[in-house]
Amino acid sequence: MKHTAISEAHAVFLRRVRRDARIVVLSRIAVLLGFLFLWELGADLKWFDPFILSSPSRVIRTIVRLYQDGSLWLHIGTTLLETVLGFLLGTVLGALIAVLLWWLPKLNRILDPYLVVLNALPKIALGPVLIVWIGAGMASIVVMGVLVSLVVTTVTVLNGFLAATDEKQLLMRTLGATKLQTFFMVVLPAGVPDLISALKISVGMSWVGVIVGEYLVSKAGLGYLIVYGGQVFKLDLVMASVTVLCILAALMYYAVAFLEKKVRN
Amino acid sequence: MQSELMTLTGVSHSFYTVEGETTAIQNLDLTVYEGEFLAIVGPSGCGKTTVLSLMMGLISPTAGSVRVFRKGLRLGYMLQRDHLLDHRTVEKNVLLGLEVQHRLTEESKARAFALLDKYGLGEFRSYKPQQLSGGMRQKVALIRTLALEPDLLLLDEPFSALDYQTRLNLSDEVYRIIRSEHKSAILVTHDISEAVSMADRVAVFSARPARLKELVDIGFSAALTPLERRAQPEFHDYFDRIWKELKP
Repeated sequence: MKHTAISEAHAVFLRRVRRDARIVVLSRIAVLLGFLFLWELGADLKWFDPFILSSPSRVIRTIVRLYQDGSLWLHIGTTLLETVLGFLLGTVLGALIAVLLWWLPKLNRILDPYLVVLNALPKIALGPVLIVWIGAGMASIVVMGVLVSLVVTTVTVLNGFLAATDEKQLLMRTLGATKLQTFFMVVLPAGVPDLISALKISVGMSWVGVIVGEYLVSKAGLGYLIVYGGQVFKLDLVMASVTVLCILAALMYYAVAFLEKKVRN
Repeated sequence: MQSELMTLTGVSHSFYTVEGETTAIQNLDLTVYEGEFLAIVGPSGCGKTTVLSLMMGLISPTAGSVRVFRKGLRLGYMLQRDHLLDHRTVEKNVLLGLEVQHRLTEESKARAFALLDKYGLGEFRSYKPQQLSGGMRQKVALIRTLALEPDLLLLDEPFSALDYQTRLNLSDEVYRIIRSEHKSAILVTHDISEAVSMADRVAVFSARPARLKELVDIGFSAALTPLERRAQPEFHDYFDRIWKELKP
């Protein structure tokens, strides 16, 4: 039963819910500010060597300097392009392979052990090989991003498809449906939530693939900055790049989560 | 005598697995007549569902024959669970079968929606299945089947997933719907009371492999609803008779 008028007890309950939500948000901000404050304080009071561990103010100064000499957008743009490409290609290819394996159960059975091994294999181990095969350029990095997200997408989406099939196949058979009808009317719509959880996993995976790719071979990008900073002992540069990376990865994850919310409604 | 719709003659069916062979049905003879409500009762796992799958043509008998007496006899199958698609609204679920069979016209659509209205689901047309109760969901599943205008309905324990009260109410309602749409129906159930309260004839199956043990004619007037039948003095006589037949 839903009442439009709110009782006193209900109002108390609602106030408590809102208060709890506020406490959670404020605490989150406090954790971040406390962390930054201690980091800065520790660097100023020489609890540790800021040359090794950097500090928030040094990170900000580094980012501002990168922005002023114009290279910030170049590095962000390069990494972002590689990641988005890797993510999209990996997801689309992975989903298509899942459709193929659903359609041909025999093929799925034959390839199953290979899929398991590929899923278990740390794809970044293939990095050096990719550079030899594809060349020392952006293509290698994108392929790395694709590889890392592709297999996990295939496995997640295929499992979603198979679960939906088990359930409703009998119904569709009693209605006289063809396989194509079963796919488009039942399996694909039921698989959308799994497709979206696959997106959420593979968006993180693509970052891993691309950053490792940039470690191995690149002339620009945040991964390049991190490796370069490490080699010439500019830890400020490393920390600044990691900070930017944090923000970008979070933004991309929330973009996917937002999409999920849109689709679910 | 009523005209025959479908006859099973000497039908046997076995399932094979790597571990061995299971004979679900052995040498079964059964005739379904037009306009009748036939119930099949038997111990669980005795192959009752297999009989419906054979009639529906989902599987072929290992031996014997299934004969259909009318060309283009339309069959409708109702499963134990409603299997409504969560991503479709009630009205889209009802149209699923018509869509699958490429029979979705303005006319067939109107007829399906009229069924929803007639049986009290009209106002829930744009709801999602998750918003309905178990009994309502099963009614939507029945209308999805009826929208295909079947001549013979195969009901595979359609009430067994529901709570007792819903079950009694829904069987009353389904009975009314099937009678008023002038359909023939076969109800598979392990619930003797349900069979006696709804059917004109009850076929009692033995434990696996299923054979036909006994055919019991139920003499209630078709005007009595299942709930009213349950209150009749003869109800218990029928119940006891079938109960004794079912004992091993």
